Amino acid sequence: MTTDGSLTAPQDPAHDPADDPAREPAAGHDQAPASTPIVAVALDGAGWHPAAWREPGARPEALTDAAYWVGLTQLAEAGLVDLVTFEDSFGIPVGPWDDPAADRTDRVRVRLDAELVAARVAPTTRHVGLVPVVTVTHTEPFHVAKALATLDHTSRGRAGWQVRASPSGTEARLTGRRDLPEITQEDYTSGRADEQVAERFAEAAAVVDAVRALWDSWEDDAEIRDVATRRFIDRDKVHRVDVETPWFSVRGPSITPRPPQGQPVVTALAHATVPYELAARSADVVFVTPQDDATAASILAEVRAAEERVGRTGEPLRVVADLAVVLDTNGRAGAERLARLDARAGSAAGSGWVTDARVLAGSAADVADVVEAWTALGYDGVRLRPAVLPDDLEALVTDVLPELRRRGLARTAYDAGSLRGLLRLPTDVPSRFAVV
Amino acid sequence: MSTPTGTPRKQIILGAYLGGVNHHTLWHLPESGSQIDFSTFEHTARTAERGRFDFFFLAEGLALRERDGQVFDQDIVGRPDTFTVLASLAAVTEHLGLAATINATFNEPYELARQIVSLDHLSGGRAAWNVVTSFDAFTGANFRRGGFLDRSQRYERAAETIEVVRSLWDSWAAEDLVIDKEAGVFSRSGAGSFAHAGPQFDVGGWFGVPRAPQGHPVILQAGVSPQGRDFAAANSDAIFSPYGRFDEARAYYQDVKARAAGFGRDPDHLKILPSASFVLGATEKEAQDKARWVREEQVTGRTAQILLEQIWNRDLSAYDPDGPLPDVEPALDAPSFIAGRALTHADRPATVARLRAQAEANGWSLRQTAVEEFTRGSFVGTPTRVADALDDFVQDDGSDGFVIGSYLVPTGLDEFVDDVVPLLQERGSLRTEYTGTTLRDNLGLPTPARAGDAAVARAV
Ligand SMILES: Cc1cc2nc3c(=O)[nH]c(=O)nc-3n(C[C@H](O)[C@H](O)[C@H](O)COP(=O)(O)O)c2cc1C
Repeated sequence: MTTDGSLTAPQDPAHDPADDPAREPAAGHDQAPASTPIVAVALDGAGWHPAAWREPGARPEALTDAAYWVGLTQLAEAGLVDLVTFEDSFGIPVGPWDDPAADRTDRVRVRLDAELVAARVAPTTRHVGLVPVVTVTHTEPFHVAKALATLDHTSRGRAGWQVRASPSGTEARLTGRRDLPEITQEDYTSGRADEQVAERFAEAAAVVDAVRALWDSWEDDAEIRDVATRRFIDRDKVHRVDVETPWFSVRGPSITPRPPQGQPVVTALAHATVPYELAARSADVVFVTPQDDATAASILAEVRAAEERVGRTGEPLRVVADLAVVLDTNGRAGAERLARLDARAGSAAGSGWVTDARVLAGSAADVADVVEAWTALGYDGVRLRPAVLPDDLEALVTDVLPELRRRGLARTAYDAGSLRGLLRLPTDVPSRFAVV
Repeated sequence: MSTPTGTPRKQIILGAYLGGVNHHTLWHLPESGSQIDFSTFEHTARTAERGRFDFFFLAEGLALRERDGQVFDQDIVGRPDTFTVLASLAAVTEHLGLAATINATFNEPYELARQIVSLDHLSGGRAAWNVVTSFDAFTGANFRRGGFLDRSQRYERAAETIEVVRSLWDSWAAEDLVIDKEAGVFSRSGAGSFAHAGPQFDVGGWFGVPRAPQGHPVILQAGVSPQGRDFAAANSDAIFSPYGRFDEARAYYQDVKARAAGFGRDPDHLKILPSASFVLGATEKEAQDKARWVREEQVTGRTAQILLEQIWNRDLSAYDPDGPLPDVEPALDAPSFIAGRALTHADRPATVARLRAQAEANGWSLRQTAVEEFTRGSFVGTPTRVADALDDFVQDDGSDGFVIGSYLVPTGLDEFVDDVVPLLQERGSLRTEYTGTTLRDNLGLPTPARAGDAAVARAV
């Protein structure tokens, strides 16, 4: 760490924009050599463990500093990961089923807007994909569309989006625009909330549709700058979207010209049938949370079935497994570190850290084994959630990624100029409005 | 020089304005660059910072303008999301303020407060919010709340929006962030809690962003109606004004400063910043010729018709741009022929009468009239003359500074920074180095006190 508290990356991404390979137009035909699994890193606050902020290396006072996020993202880029996600929620950060109204003083209670964090980091990195969580339940599809399109412009084709539907009545109160009942874990697991959940995800799907339509609302070559006629754009290449849904309508077109990737990468985290279907209908990448090899196999089958049910055509959904990691690091075993974290989090004796994803406490080889096994099952990759930042991210970069590379399970170089290219998604994405 | 020796000179505040959707930018010149690529924003912001400007400024329009149901194709069209560009610019600048024009009608206070204060943290205290209140149904069709507000209601909503936003910013005291790793206390009990019930908003809960580096990010306002002036005088730190001619500017300056005093504020804490453009030349004649050329290039015959259609509210495409003004009267009750303009012409007949009188007195054609009406406000001359004019304008209380744009994107500001800025610095009217760390510091604005616990209702 440097004296200003920022994390330094082994390679210096400061660069002369003129010789930046990422400046090449993102659309085109990236060479796709033998593809390795997608390796993503999920950044959240001081790390995913609720007690992460109390670790000696954690810098909880820096969570609102740009240098903190720049350091972490540059570190991930030094590890050649495909993308980083920036966690967010509309309200304050709370654990998956913590009471969002509780006045807890022992948890991280702060979080900056993830889309702005990604934008702040964009000019300080040049290859890694930048994927903020953006909530769709209370935001304006029009604002969301132009924000992510702009992130794609400022990052030169590296923007993605993790779609988040908000389950919480507490969050609805923040805008006061409508009342939504609170959904508790019990409601959710008992099926009592099925209708509610279906409704929120239907709305989320409608938002993604609207955003995607707005991204297409300017064709790639709408700007013509025809000096002879003094026409700046060809207005026949800028389109209204006229989206009508039960929850909102958007007329369009966007005010922002088409993003460099055409369609920035859409991702979603999903744990159940309804969200699998949302992902199958709307996303390019789904993050899922298998607990072991058996659930890994069944979830993958469920996702493929969801794709069939919704009639997905074209590119198959990229399925990426989430794995929370507490690694052997700084001379301490992962298990030992996890025990200390759990004790500090004050979880009920013996219950340990239960989160939505599998928690792996162990060595780089242990992580590589899981990646190997799940890749063999048909997964497209893995998203690693460092339990503690920066400790587990440093261990990922210095130990885990080299181990994955040794086994041919991680990339050895950035070989594409856009996030779509890194993910082997088609990089030539015509606007739906383009007449061929 | 107009200031008596011995009196310290007023420091000129400078904002750099990158034209969004507009007819001012001469996009057809070969040296004109992209309106959307990040390099354009980066170049302009870095240039402004090199010239020790206070802030970089982006306007906003939330729907593409249309004429008779079709998107304009003659002007620069298309713009990015403001917050996203500014957050990225925070990475490539160190001192420059980052001012976002954000509409109070088409945004929710919670989300707005969070974005602005996030930008303030991510830029180390350089965020500003220019509150605008455009309200038309055409733009509303892009948003969940849909529809629009009545003209008379938009400042009510804006005022309540600011009230909610401020209470969210005040929901954290600096000392609420405890961060005691040993004791396991991250924050004080109650930190971030808020509640507000009013005619426009009934909201409450927890706000997850600690107190801004600036306490409150800087508030700007743009609007000129009496209601708008009161709103600005009561709520804002600075006003982006359209008054570029000295007499009207000074009258406006006196008016809003008096209104600020009427609200119990120190008038010095409300900065008035007209929008301004410039054209430079090696000689006075060269500059005047160039300025004339720029204005003629900005307003082609077709653009002239369209600009006047905003006032007439009807199709003027049949009228010869080189002929007289249309002899028809403006359509008062028809739906908007031009949709999506931020500035509306409230009193069409009066405007038409004024333009007719001017055209007749000066022998102007339709196009010349449009040129005069829509391209004024320039400082034209040699760098020395322009520096003198800008400085005198400020020292004589026409304004506290300017928001400066150029007809050439992105390199147009370079000339100003290279040739005019050093002269202002020589005169002692512009800093040579940044003195403060935040935008508030640089603008010489006080940090607002945090509303006490009594004023910030606690939700628990
Ligand atoms: C100098 C100036 C710049 C403005 N810029 C914008 C802008 O970028 N976006 C916008 O929506 N409205 C903009 N407005 C419009 C104002 O927000 C407001 O709607 C308009 O001036 C009418 O309000 P008023 O009746 O108080 O003047 C601007 C107004 C002025 C005077």
